[in-house]
Amino acid sequence: MKRLFGILMFSTGLLVSSQVFAETANIAVAANFTKTIEAVGKVFEKETGHHVKFSFGPTGKLYAQIRNGAPFDAFFGADERRPKKTIEDGNGVADSYFVYAQGQIVLYSAKFPVKDQPLDVLKAAEFNHLAVANPKTAPYGERAVSYLKSKGLYDGVKSKIVNGESIAHAFQYVVTRNAEIGFVAMSQVVDPQSPVYGKGQYWVVPQTDYKPINQGALITKRGKDNEAVKAFMKFIKTPKAIEIIKQFGYNVS
Amino acid sequence: MLEIFGTEINLGPIWLTLEVAAITTLVLLVVGTPLAWWMAQMRSSNKVFLEALVALPLVLPPTVLGFYLLIIFNPTGPVTEFLRFFGFEGQLTFSKTGLVIGSVIYSLPFAVQPLMHAFEAIPQRLLDAAATLRAGVLDRFFSVVLPLSQRGFLVAATLTFAHTVGEFGVVLMVGGNIPGETRMVSIDIFDHVESLEYDQAHILSAMMLVFALVVLMLVYGLNRRFGVKVG
Repeated sequence: MKRLFGILMFSTGLLVSSQVFAETANIAVAANFTKTIEAVGKVFEKETGHHVKFSFGPTGKLYAQIRNGAPFDAFFGADERRPKKTIEDGNGVADSYFVYAQGQIVLYSAKFPVKDQPLDVLKAAEFNHLAVANPKTAPYGERAVSYLKSKGLYDGVKSKIVNGESIAHAFQYVVTRNAEIGFVAMSQVVDPQSPVYGKGQYWVVPQTDYKPINQGALITKRGKDNEAVKAFMKFIKTPKAIEIIKQFGYNVS
Repeated sequence: MLEIFGTEINLGPIWLTLEVAAITTLVLLVVGTPLAWWMAQMRSSNKVFLEALVALPLVLPPTVLGFYLLIIFNPTGPVTEFLRFFGFEGQLTFSKTGLVIGSVIYSLPFAVQPLMHAFEAIPQRLLDAAATLRAGVLDRFFSVVLPLSQRGFLVAATLTFAHTVGEFGVVLMVGGNIPGETRMVSIDIFDHVESLEYDQAHILSAMMLVFALVVLMLVYGLNRRFGVKVG
């Protein structure tokens, strides 16, 4: 009994002491990166004892929130523009900026043979709706549209395009079969938990055919002295973290 | 296009919003009136269930409603099949028709509740008196009920219209952001904010704010003067 009590005290002591050094980081993350960063975060917490709390949302909304004093220690955007703008605004630590991942576009369909004849399917345009993320607000959508234009396919499908507000939203249109085909993110189809995993077909748009979708991250002014954030930004560049990010369908260069 | 303070504002989404809101209001007055009347006359305990059902869109997040609509509006889904039976062609998602149906569900309580309260306030003896004078059901409705509940109708129409104008979640989920078809003002504002076009976002938001304020003042003014119960 006495021994058990001793063990209990010792482990409580350990717990308390580890909490003393552990800090918590609040990180704003672009919605497309949700699952990936959660997976990275889990390993990070286990290895360092620090805590990370993620808030997910559209990049523009997160940008606006940080600009208006939201309590985030770091910002992981879906593009480079808005994270860089955060630094220009004076709300970020300039030398903390880096590209943490590159998104990949795929053409997905449950109905059409996009894997073998992607361009023929697009040329024939025998579908009612082609889902694309809003090119004005989502980099995935912007690249998909410019890809279509560069291949001379845009005018043929223009009237069939429906815009999701984000890449997740465009994906929803395809999953619920409201659109028979769509440009979505690779991360959405390779995830074993994805509702389309193993169903339908997808074709990876060659990276050489569109400008890379660089997703940029930075430490905010609020987070510059937060040990947990510093540790996390270091961790996400380690081979272990990069491995996870790649598994989720992103490129890291 | 309209220029305000040197910022170009695209008026398309505004006109579309007003159009969808007007059609929705019309549909809801036609559909909501018999429903509200039926509920007002109801004495059984089923009424509680119906009241709760009608009030659901008030408490459900619009995204939940939108998500369900996205699933049941699916081109091979039951709702579309059912409408096909009546000669409907095309697809409910990504279309104005779908938006109107979604808005009708979304704004249902704003039409039915004021109407029901107005109907409930009509003394039964007036209807009985009309009935003894051999006025038929429709006759009683048009010569007794309608004049006595016109303020209820006014409030129902105003609130429905305003609520549909301010709709976001449902439109976002089932709309597809097609200019002239499904891009309503709230979505337009969202896009402007997302792409850091804060000037446009400010101007459109201010317009929405003023509009909402005016409508609410109208409703509360009616309330004060005529004692119309809302909600």
